[in-house]
Amino acid sequence: MAAQDLSVFVRHRDGGVASMELAVDGIRCAGCMQAIESGLGREPGILGARVNLALKRVSVEWREALLRPEAVVDKLAALGFKAYPFVPERQEDGAAAEERSLLRRLGVAGFASMNIMLLSVAVWSGNSADIDPTTRDFFHWLSALIALPTAAYAGRPFFESALRALKVGAVNMDVPITIGVVLALAMSVAETWNHGRHAYFDGVVMLLFFLLIGRYLDQLMRRRTRDLAGNLAALKAETATRLDADGNWTVTPIAAIAPGDRVLVRPGERVSVDGIVETGRSELDQSLVTGETAPVAIGHGERVHAGTLNLTGALTVHVEAAGQGTLLDEIDRLMSQAVGSRSRYVRLSDRAARLYAPVVHTLAAATFLGWFAWGLAWPEALMIAVTVLIITCPCALGLAIPAVQVVAASALFKRKIMLKEGDALERLAEADIAVFDKTGTLTLPEPDILNPEALPPERRAAIGALAAASNHPLAQALARALGGAPARTDVQEERGQGLSAGAGDDEQRLGSIVFCGAEAEAASVKALHPGASLIAYRHGGYRTVLALGQSLRPEARETIAALRAAGLEIAILSGDRSEAVAPIAAELGVTHVRAGLLPGDKLNLLDSMAANGRKVLMVGDGLNDAPALAGAHVSISPVSATHLAQAAADVVFLGDSLAPVAAALEIARKARGLMLQNLWFAVLYNAVAVPIAIAGLATPLVAAIAMSGSSLVVTLNALRARGRRAQSEAEA
Amino acid sequence: MNIIVILFPLALGLGLMGLGAFFWCMRSGQFADLEGAAWRVLQDDDKRD
Repeated sequence: MAAQDLSVFVRHRDGGVASMELAVDGIRCAGCMQAIESGLGREPGILGARVNLALKRVSVEWREALLRPEAVVDKLAALGFKAYPFVPERQEDGAAAEERSLLRRLGVAGFASMNIMLLSVAVWSGNSADIDPTTRDFFHWLSALIALPTAAYAGRPFFESALRALKVGAVNMDVPITIGVVLALAMSVAETWNHGRHAYFDGVVMLLFFLLIGRYLDQLMRRRTRDLAGNLAALKAETATRLDADGNWTVTPIAAIAPGDRVLVRPGERVSVDGIVETGRSELDQSLVTGETAPVAIGHGERVHAGTLNLTGALTVHVEAAGQGTLLDEIDRLMSQAVGSRSRYVRLSDRAARLYAPVVHTLAAATFLGWFAWGLAWPEALMIAVTVLIITCPCALGLAIPAVQVVAASALFKRKIMLKEGDALERLAEADIAVFDKTGTLTLPEPDILNPEALPPERRAAIGALAAASNHPLAQALARALGGAPARTDVQEERGQGLSAGAGDDEQRLGSIVFCGAEAEAASVKALHPGASLIAYRHGGYRTVLALGQSLRPEARETIAALRAAGLEIAILSGDRSEAVAPIAAELGVTHVRAGLLPGDKLNLLDSMAANGRKVLMVGDGLNDAPALAGAHVSISPVSATHLAQAAADVVFLGDSLAPVAAALEIARKARGLMLQNLWFAVLYNAVAVPIAIAGLATPLVAAIAMSGSSLVVTLNALRARGRRAQSEAEA
Repeated sequence: MNIIVILFPLALGLGLMGLGAFFWCMRSGQFADLEGAAWRVLQDDDKRD
């Protein structure tokens, strides 16, 4: 076995200190956190370990002279945690920097609004009693002193976004916000100058504070998604065996493989790079890539793709791309065709903004003209119009959707479902037909024993040890299914026949039906499992035949039933032969089945469903599903999916069970319901507040109460997206 | 009324200190893991022997 090399993940610091970030599988609670931190802390050489429970990561520092990075992974394994190193994104990188700057602005706006409120409460109570006008002016000037710099600093994201929109001739939510903020500040300064009773400094800053909360939540959601995507890539822990300059083979993480390297792919291994075969001949199982299960012969000069399974011979591959992957030309063309359709979706918040901006501006203008025509002097009329703008400013609207998204995303995360796009929740909630791929989606990606009754428990270990001695993909799959027992060393392999060990009456054989003389047993197994591969075992006079094939994911039946109960139609679109698809479809009771489809056919079928007004939820994992995943209204992938499929999917779920698909749908529907409720609440709030403002009765006190009250209601409502039922199940 | 001239700068100063503390927390990475921090309080970190 070649040596592991993790040095690419290590960061070096002064004084011989090395550090590494690892994504850890199975950190669930505070106990795990303490076990890891104190367990690693006890090791000599390790300077410190810090677990991030929210991200399920641990960062470790050690003395470089004393430890190799591989030893850190081994130590974590000894503690019972599988860890996968990865290259963390640098702090200065775009999204992280953006998030920090938003948080700083939020802090400043919060500080300012509290302090201005302190002054404003004094003015309000003074106004209803007998405040000295000089004191009031002093308070207003103090407020202005705090509010003007704050607005200039904290309001920048809105001003910039509004300017960008106006430059291209569009209107977004930030345009009315900017107009409202600037007008309100100007008016308040003018009012203070003229020794007026009312100034809106507190309202403006509070508005910015609430809007920044919404903006920050939105950014937090996006950042978290990216962090989790980083974890996912690390959890796949793909490696390749690379030929080093000194002629040694090293097992290297895929992140460290560069185009131009040469890698070795042994029989029974999955190809992890895209490239051209230099030496060796073999057969490839391309089912993950094309959906077709029949093997394809490959030799010198031909192209291999990541995700295919090498069956018979060792190959040396000249790497063209690793990690990201070059694409099959056909898939590449289909992907560019598919991505367009999703971008046509308009987010709920954008739809609200399109309605909102013109209505509010018309109202404010009408208010000004109305009062002016009524005979009011223009400064007073303008002031009332500006109060209309302030009171309608969308602080509840700005919070309504991000708050729900963040709460729902963390509820999903607790159930091991990762949301990759914020608006995927809205789209998922709209789905009315669920289209499944078969291989690797409805079924588990690795073959499993379909007739466990033919395998007596006492023989499991013996068969497993025999199977582990072979490179044959079927034997490897059997060894994995039997729990990965260590291989026997005294095994003879007869090519194309099977394995044997021992002699005379104690001879054990594992292999083809003929090799073990098990034709009688094979006939009945074949009748029961027509699509499966058969492997026979003989020990003296005992014979048994095991059927290996794709078994359904756990809870597949329940999930299909739950989706049906939720009103979704179920369909299966598979690239595999119809003989292989039919039994699975029959077992799940799905009648809408198409088999033998090319990637383009899947996309076309999805497009025609969309043209009929259906909202398609696509669940798939293969490279051949990627265009369909990108083209569907919303898409879900298991974590075992190929890179490209995962990149194209909106939602990725962990684990073998299919149940997260139904759970995600349930939470998404609930979240969308809450978003709509919040938007309707904002409409209701405006229906009450706007007439008051138009009548000229909205004082700064009324504006402050309305703004904070509505934001609070919307946020509390969003917390319901956690779902009491979902919560308790996840904790159980 | 002159007391206000002292009290308001004082209040603002305290607020600014809070803001400074918030920035310091951000810089020292206290918001990097919001879930873990809640549990760390309960951890028993007595001396091991």
